[in-house]
Amino acid sequence: MKTIQFREAICEAMSEEMRRDESIYLMGEEVAEYNGAYKASKGMLDEFGAKRVIDTPIAELGFAGIAIGSAMNGNRPIVEYMTFNFSLVGIDQIINNAAKIRQMSGGQFNCPIVFRGPTASAGQLAATHSQAFENWFANTPGLKVVVPSNPADAKGLLKSAIRDNDPVIFMESEQMYGDKGEVPEGEYLIPLGVAEIKRKGTDVTIVSFGKIIKDAYKAAEELAKEGIECEIIDLRTVRPMDHDAILTSVKKTNRLVILEEAWPFGNVATEITYQVQSQAFDYLDAPIVKINTADTPAPYSPELLKEWLPNSDDVVKAVKKVMYRD
Amino acid sequence: MKKITKKTYLDWYENMLFWRKFEDKLAQVYINQKVRGFLHLYNGQEAVLAGALHAMDLTKDKMITAYRNHVQPIGMGVDPKKVMAELYGKATGTSQGLGGSMHIFSKEHRFYGGHGIVGGQIPLGAGLAFGDKYQGNNAVTLCYMGDGAVRQGSLHETFNMAMLWKLPVVFCCENNGYAMGTSVERAANHTDIWKLGLGYEMPCKPVDGMKPEVVAKEMDEAMERARRGEGPTFLEIRTYRYRGHSMSDAQHYRTKEEVAKKQEEDPIDYVLHQIYDKKWATEAEIKEVNKRVKDLVSECEKFAEESPYPDKSVMYDVVYDQDNYPFLPHKL
Repeated sequence: MKTIQFREAICEAMSEEMRRDESIYLMGEEVAEYNGAYKASKGMLDEFGAKRVIDTPIAELGFAGIAIGSAMNGNRPIVEYMTFNFSLVGIDQIINNAAKIRQMSGGQFNCPIVFRGPTASAGQLAATHSQAFENWFANTPGLKVVVPSNPADAKGLLKSAIRDNDPVIFMESEQMYGDKGEVPEGEYLIPLGVAEIKRKGTDVTIVSFGKIIKDAYKAAEELAKEGIECEIIDLRTVRPMDHDAILTSVKKTNRLVILEEAWPFGNVATEITYQVQSQAFDYLDAPIVKINTADTPAPYSPELLKEWLPNSDDVVKAVKKVMYRD
Repeated sequence: MKKITKKTYLDWYENMLFWRKFEDKLAQVYINQKVRGFLHLYNGQEAVLAGALHAMDLTKDKMITAYRNHVQPIGMGVDPKKVMAELYGKATGTSQGLGGSMHIFSKEHRFYGGHGIVGGQIPLGAGLAFGDKYQGNNAVTLCYMGDGAVRQGSLHETFNMAMLWKLPVVFCCENNGYAMGTSVERAANHTDIWKLGLGYEMPCKPVDGMKPEVVAKEMDEAMERARRGEGPTFLEIRTYRYRGHSMSDAQHYRTKEEVAKKQEEDPIDYVLHQIYDKKWATEAEIKEVNKRVKDLVSECEKFAEESPYPDKSVMYDVVYDQDNYPFLPHKL
């Protein structure tokens, strides 16, 4: 094992795959000469040259569509969005073209493309720069949605995403790029659609994904001091979702808390809640609790932002609620 | 256009210097983490705003811009203390602390933001003009954008409709040389941004953005054309930003020598030279102005520091106009 930053894991995954397959290229705003807005493509222009590491103008719709077109014609593009907040400018190309080309053409065209970049909040960036659209993309048949929470998962999942023949939305976080973690030496892949139990426990299941899962870890440590053992499931892939992993755990603990950094209305947690009540209703000893951001656009002010975001105290409270110890 | 007089230059000097020092103060308090998030500063571009404001009718014209937007509302008449407080995330801020650096708004002073998505404000600018034409207000909208934004589809769709419907809007590209780290040369096959107007037969031209009187003259012509009902104009105002794109920008894409050379054309120095050359003020009088500016910046800082944070209920109060909107519950 070696210890690297999240951004280095992303860079290694892209670089290893690009060495392996000439048809892969990286395109986006500031990915080449600037080495990536968050330095996730550092050194890649030097290694692969301007043909394969391509700076674009600020034109999110245009370069998304160009990348999709090239994917229909034999390329395997990686498109970086500086943040998924900006993907909204190009989302028509993702939803109406990338996700549907295969189906509309009766299976003639694959669309092997990865759209990657940071999602959700990253400090006081206010309403337009703090949004989590995992559920928007996951709602769309034709897309896969991956949201890693540590460097090792990021690398293995990104390599699988790049090799996948379908469009993958791969969501990172500005606040995770500096996170360090152990990563296996040599090549490894993590299959899409497989969750991982990050912490074993018997009392309550906590399902989460992405950077906010760290608040679940923190809460679990606190709760362990009181003798409550949480089992933490990291979804890693939101679509397709590993329902079996969730159900197996819930059937053991009989209690479920879901932690997601997103607005509460119709989010990923809502979907999990539906699936669990329909398939494990008799196993539940308490109503499921989901923890989300406030039901408002993100505020700028530090005090309001603190209130808006979910945190580990919320997880502690939720766990105690489902254990009737509140 | 109002005549450009001794007083105009003296006002320009004082305003432009204040905007510069206001931004410098923000950079300083950002380092102390009083202001957070992204912070995009206007240093070097002051003549663009000064010239435009001279040409505008500040009793009815409108302005909209992107996220480099702290000083434009001040120019439009907003109390700078409120802008500083917004950046501190305080209840006394222009958006009660909800908007922050990239989202300054003032309905009272017809400043329509403050927009964080590149190119997102361009259709809005045309829409403000659409409203004025529809309502017969005889007002003009000044719609700013950066050199990065002109490569967005929103510009092209908007240019077409603005010409088709002869909307009273002046599209003004502040070409400061760089879209974040990407120079104009690296973003397009051509560097004459103003020529983008030609495809829509929109009157268009390049303008020297380092001299406020030059900007004022071109802006006046464009605004009067709009006011006469003859439709939009596209001006590419050539300027320069001294600081990075935002505070985290290490600026490896340009040399320190390039920045230093551009600073030789500094718009504030230029205005001051005009004043001295024409003997419109003595050094002592200028010192007085400088002190006034410094004091006002300090006053803004003090006001922002001492203001309270907003009440948590504000987060919900401002989302919908409807009273008692049934938000989904949040905290247990």
